[in-house]
Amino acid sequence: MTTRTIQGQKNLQNINQASKDGIGGSPLRPDGNLKVKGEFAYSSDLWHEDMLWGMALRSPHPRANILSVDISEALKVPGVYAVLTHEDIPGAKYYGLEIQDQPALAIDKIRYHGEAIALVAADHPETARRAVKKIAVEYEVLTPIVTEEQCLDPETHGYVHEPHEYKSHAYGNVCHEQRLVSGLGVTDEVRALADVIVSGDYEVGMQDQAFLGPESGLAVPAEDGGIDLYIATQWLHVDREQMAPVLDLPEEKVRLTLAGVGGAFGGREDISMQIHACLLAQHTGKPVKIVYSRDESFYGHVHRHPARMHYEHGATRDGKLVFADCRIVLDGGAYASASPAVVGNAASLGHGPYVIPNVKMHAIALYSNNPSCGAMRGFGAVQAAFGYESQMDKLAAELGMDPVELRQLNAMSEGDFMPTGQQIDSPAPVAELLRRVKDMPLPPPLDTEHLDVRQLPGALSNTSHGEGIVRGVGYSVGIKNVGFSEGFDDYSTARVRLEVIGGEPVAMVHTAMAEVGQGGVTVHAQIARTELGVEQVTIHPANTEVGSAGSTSASRQTYMTGGAVKLAAEAVRRELIEKGRRRYGWTHQDITLAGGKVVSESAGVLVSMVDLLGDEAVDLTREHHHRPTQAFDKETGQGFGHVQYTFCANRAVVDVDVELGLVKVVELTAVQDVGKALNPLSVVGQIQGGCTQALGLAVMEEIIVRDGKVRNASFTDYLIPTILDTPPIPVEILELPDPHAPYGLRGVGEAPTVSATPSIVAAIRNATGLALNRIPVRPEHLTTEQPG
Amino acid sequence: MEFLRPATWDEALAAKAEYPTALPISGGTDVMVEMNFDVHRPSAILDLNRITELTEWSNDGSVVRLGASVPYTRIIEELSGPLPGLALAAHTVGSPQIRNRGGVGGNLGGASPAGDAHPALLAAGRDVFVEAASVRGTRMIPIDEFYVGVKRNSLAADELIRAVHIPVADGPQQFSKIGTRNAMVIAVCAFGFALHPKNGTVGTGIGSAAPTPRRAVEAEEYLRDVLAERGLWESGDLLGAEVVQRFGELVKAAASPIDDVRGTAEYRRHSLAVMARRTLTWCWNDYSKQIRSAA
Repeated sequence: MTTRTIQGQKNLQNINQASKDGIGGSPLRPDGNLKVKGEFAYSSDLWHEDMLWGMALRSPHPRANILSVDISEALKVPGVYAVLTHEDIPGAKYYGLEIQDQPALAIDKIRYHGEAIALVAADHPETARRAVKKIAVEYEVLTPIVTEEQCLDPETHGYVHEPHEYKSHAYGNVCHEQRLVSGLGVTDEVRALADVIVSGDYEVGMQDQAFLGPESGLAVPAEDGGIDLYIATQWLHVDREQMAPVLDLPEEKVRLTLAGVGGAFGGREDISMQIHACLLAQHTGKPVKIVYSRDESFYGHVHRHPARMHYEHGATRDGKLVFADCRIVLDGGAYASASPAVVGNAASLGHGPYVIPNVKMHAIALYSNNPSCGAMRGFGAVQAAFGYESQMDKLAAELGMDPVELRQLNAMSEGDFMPTGQQIDSPAPVAELLRRVKDMPLPPPLDTEHLDVRQLPGALSNTSHGEGIVRGVGYSVGIKNVGFSEGFDDYSTARVRLEVIGGEPVAMVHTAMAEVGQGGVTVHAQIARTELGVEQVTIHPANTEVGSAGSTSASRQTYMTGGAVKLAAEAVRRELIEKGRRRYGWTHQDITLAGGKVVSESAGVLVSMVDLLGDEAVDLTREHHHRPTQAFDKETGQGFGHVQYTFCANRAVVDVDVELGLVKVVELTAVQDVGKALNPLSVVGQIQGGCTQALGLAVMEEIIVRDGKVRNASFTDYLIPTILDTPPIPVEILELPDPHAPYGLRGVGEAPTVSATPSIVAAIRNATGLALNRIPVRPEHLTTEQPG
Repeated sequence: MEFLRPATWDEALAAKAEYPTALPISGGTDVMVEMNFDVHRPSAILDLNRITELTEWSNDGSVVRLGASVPYTRIIEELSGPLPGLALAAHTVGSPQIRNRGGVGGNLGGASPAGDAHPALLAAGRDVFVEAASVRGTRMIPIDEFYVGVKRNSLAADELIRAVHIPVADGPQQFSKIGTRNAMVIAVCAFGFALHPKNGTVGTGIGSAAPTPRRAVEAEEYLRDVLAERGLWESGDLLGAEVVQRFGELVKAAASPIDDVRGTAEYRRHSLAVMARRTLTWCWNDYSKQIRSAA
């Protein structure tokens, strides 16, 4: 062992220069080129020798009693290895994210259109399809319970779940409820304090996550009696937690590895085919692959809760908000999924980023025979933002005020209190975001001399050569929480290993984080480079060999798992430096890692990591917990409920063909505070993507359900924005650090999805003068609705 | 499922005679989607992709003979001069990938009321013919007799579509389509319009607003008579708001749409009237310019 101290051998200035691919840089994502070239391996591309194909029989009815299921003919089909019903389930028959109310296969009852009843495993997907058709089910078809009025009158219309089966605080087809009262609440005395009162009823249609990679995975039975599942999901460990009891296996025998994920947006937070594939694999002893078809995908995952909302706002003559009274009814569909959290968000964020002295709020999620609804980007906050931002515009019009000024006048800022009583203890630059978005230059007016139909509403459908086009501008701002709330400890785990490979120090980052396209793996490598002063970082496949990373949702992964990678990397750094101290007897207090070396600010390079590490590795695992939160009081909604808040402001410019009701969003500007942009390119991409998904909700995206039946389970009729619908999205980023968060960062992914939709609707209102109380806005709303 | 791959047209006709339920496929942009969605599983598929003559077109100066499989991309690139209405319709079909594969033969074979080519074919006049062939021989089906019901056409079970014969445009033609997004969308409704100065007629075609694609006969007759009575073909003078309005109303009256997930019947009627007014105005403005520059 050498005891030589290496001092000042290299120019410290150069070595201390941080890697351009560390945090704050914008290295490109590793999956980008592969995806563009069609070479990325998605979960639907998985293959195993001797594998079988699994397929489910799904109910054509939204509500029915199952009188009998006859699988005998299906079993006779050559090539069929198994046909399973709920009777074949070895363990628990029910599962669920928060409330275990969903049967893995229907038991006696059908509660939604598309509910799985039986499973087939066969040697070919066509064989499986034919066998599924041979399963004979006798139904007693019942009238579905689908409207708010029907759900809230169970005496007349019945129960979706029998009350004695409720596994939570549900009552009378209400799955979950949250009330909130702050200040004096909203009483006649409070109302009397307002000079102006505006009210409105608003409706949000059922949006779908519309990810392009269908639900798919491969279950492989293992020799130890356990099972290995390769799966596209958002949270490996919570899948396992729900799967193991159904499979009657201890959790350690259910091993999950993340497969290539083709988009998620909340739609993979629930179980889809995970349990089904494993049941078939367990039963046949063979690997089983399941890939949903596109229509099955629309039945096989939860959607965004449709909402009906009533809002009443009171203000003084000079525009100061006095009170807000809100009722939000979310349709949760057949099973609970994430409904309780959605209700919690709607209730606690449903007043918007405004200081309102007196608030009354009542939010509920219904059980119905409509498709189950659960997690989708911005949940709870998205629906409410359409309500409160519509109200802000209405109030501004009533007061004769500029709508942006009205918002700024009431905007919350650091130190203010949420109606939940939680003090905002980090930057909340709501008024500043609005100022900046308003100051951004407007796009030029429509060039009527040199018309390009592609720039007009209708584009190449050639509906206008300039006729009927009216421009409108609208503004909005929104609030979203980051991370899991209401007392939930959604910690993240990261393992970081540092060793010499090929003569170079290489860091390996191992987490169970689901990379669903958000760019987390890029950020993890950046964090490792910055904290460890290395260039080479490998990302271990995400699996359940390491502790939970929590869900890739709630804008939380960079904060939570990024934070865990930071903690683990810091621990590795300390360990390595300690190793050096022990070996070389360093006494410097200013030692750090940079450029593959151990360096001292004062003394220069001490030793190369290669020499210090030799054949040894430093391999440490750390958990990152955010500060604790509290449940909201059921009646008053009071509590320190959220980890962090995030804000985005938007301006939409639209051209509307007012005769045909066609809309072209010309520009959608976003200004967002992100605390610290770990990867500015990815941050801009997230904001633009979030804005585009919000645009979809504003003008086209809706699952159309009639009498409980889904009518448009295809990308032919469930429309998402194309490039011709997607405008330039200029983004301005603020970086006001949050002292409670790693690097001061603030979750990015959801805030623009919350705030952008109302700005587009406001712009369409501005162009048409119509009230537009329902989204998505459809052409017929613009041509047949009366001016509001 | 049988998979038939004839190498020649005669082999294709023989195969169709032997397997009358065989579903012809060329671009597959409709057939494959329906199979993937399990809408139907034909007993046999008749793949026409080896028959290269189906991807050829010819123009004798008065009529274009368009092979059933000429993809929309080539219609846009090669035929926007002689078939401007159809080329505009082709622009609105699906995505670039779909336009590279799909052709008019498939639109006619499927006979969906939402097929984008139909309004343009109807507007191109009454002398548009579908060339249908079987081992029994060839017949020319007038376009007005081709569409017989929802997704039904007048082909016999043993017949295949070989080509479509479309008169070369002798006046301006337009096509408009409503969709709830700005690209890649099935028509909520569509309208094709053409001026035929040579025989003093006009052509119309309504898509997605009736059980079949259809012509707005009364609108055509009204406009034909107005143009003749007022000497407008010769003068190229302005039509006047009243004529344009009336034309739109008659087009609207010719539709019999339904409410469905893509739109309401009321909206379809409304937008057809708007599209009719606009396409007429665009065509007439172009025609006027031609007349005046020639004068």
